[in-house]
Amino acid sequence: MKVTATLTVNGTAYPVELDPHASLLRAVRDEIGLTGSKEGCDDSECGACMMLLDGKPVNSCSYLALQAEGRAVTTVEGLAGEEELGELQRAFLHQGGVQCGFCTPGMLVSATALLHDNPEPSDEDIRIALSGNLCRCTGYDGIVRAVRQASVGGVAPLGAAVHHADTVAPHHGG
Amino acid sequence: MTATFVSATTLEEALSAVAAGARAVAGGTDLVVGARQGKAALPDAIVAIDRVEALRGIANVDGALVLGALVTHEALVADTTVRERLTAIADASAIVGSHATRAQGTIGGNVMNASPAMDAGGPLLCFGATVTLRSTAGERSIDLADLWTAPGRTIATPDELLTSVRVPLPAAGTGSAYVRLEYRRQMEIAVVGATAVVTVVEGQITDVRIAITALSPTIRRIPEAEAALVGTDGGDAAVAAAAAATAAASTPISDVRGSATYRTAMAEVMARRAVASAITRATGGSVPIPASPALHGAK
Repeated sequence: MKVTATLTVNGTAYPVELDPHASLLRAVRDEIGLTGSKEGCDDSECGACMMLLDGKPVNSCSYLALQAEGRAVTTVEGLAGEEELGELQRAFLHQGGVQCGFCTPGMLVSATALLHDNPEPSDEDIRIALSGNLCRCTGYDGIVRAVRQASVGGVAPLGAAVHHADTVAPHHGG
Repeated sequence: MTATFVSATTLEEALSAVAAGARAVAGGTDLVVGARQGKAALPDAIVAIDRVEALRGIANVDGALVLGALVTHEALVADTTVRERLTAIADASAIVGSHATRAQGTIGGNVMNASPAMDAGGPLLCFGATVTLRSTAGERSIDLADLWTAPGRTIATPDELLTSVRVPLPAAGTGSAYVRLEYRRQMEIAVVGATAVVTVVEGQITDVRIAITALSPTIRRIPEAEAALVGTDGGDAAVAAAAAATAAASTPISDVRGSATYRTAMAEVMARRAVASAITRATGGSVPIPASPALHGAK
């Protein structure tokens, strides 16, 4: 039997009808239609589904959607404005932190949680904070540089930034 | 049967639901993940207990730290008393799962999941933790050593809910450490783990507790290893003897993460590192939290 609930995602309240066993990921993707968060492993190993629950990271594939009622859910869509990317997202483009893009939403969400708790993380802090997120393309270095760039006092390493965000062409495909 | 879901806001509501056959869920990091992995389907009746205020918080009561069932690993790592007095618990809580696991996973669920690979289990056991199990009929206090009966099994009846874990604070001069063999930094499960809690008075070890993780059907203390160390000066020979006794008492399985032979060999290494780190901390030396990654490559 489905249960009527309200999920608040990125500040918007969505009325939903949910099976009690539905995961937060399925609810957000299938019922609400926000498809930025990805399903990778579906058992909390890969981090592609990472969301924030009251500001804390959660593997949404393995969290019951009904438990999120009354809590603030943040997905990758909530990290940017309507038209503009956020600073962290621009840094990912700058630093070559995106290749196929499948892990990127989860990486951005985990990095957002890190920077909220620790505005000036060391590279080691960044690597540990992102260790619950798997990337099979980039080898992680670009991702770590991107988080460093977006952190307070973060300076892009010499020679790493090829061009400014304003000159990056809109991303098509992928 | 149709799936049902109740979100309890009071302990009474939670206990009634559990008495009626519902399974409790807090962070979901075992129950829901287990279902995703195909270990066991999600139960038809679920009661969410994550909003029950009475199960929250860490309190210092009569020389013990009382952990509400909903205390997360993240909160344990951040707690000053845990870090300073119960350091092995901080070592363990800092390396459970990933940042998401530590933010959502609770000590109550972790204990009741009864995994022989539970990181915080060895430290809790060595500190002499007791748990409170409560049902609509009343409550009882159980030594952690008596709670776990087999992998995934406890003596709790289906209508009981773990409400808190009481951890006595150790005597002055006590240091502790939890160390595990791991293949990766996060989302790892202990291949082999060891805990040591050591009290040093005027250069002599007066009390010692050593426990093994992922080396027997339940996490347990090793009296032979403790006997090898107590009364000594904690020098290399005594530490080596305790480590050898730990390995000798281990009865690991072979599985995808390691063979029994390899686990037994590594039991000695992990026990040595745990004991040496606990002695270092007991005598005013510094070992980073978590100890495990800091000791990679140590003897």
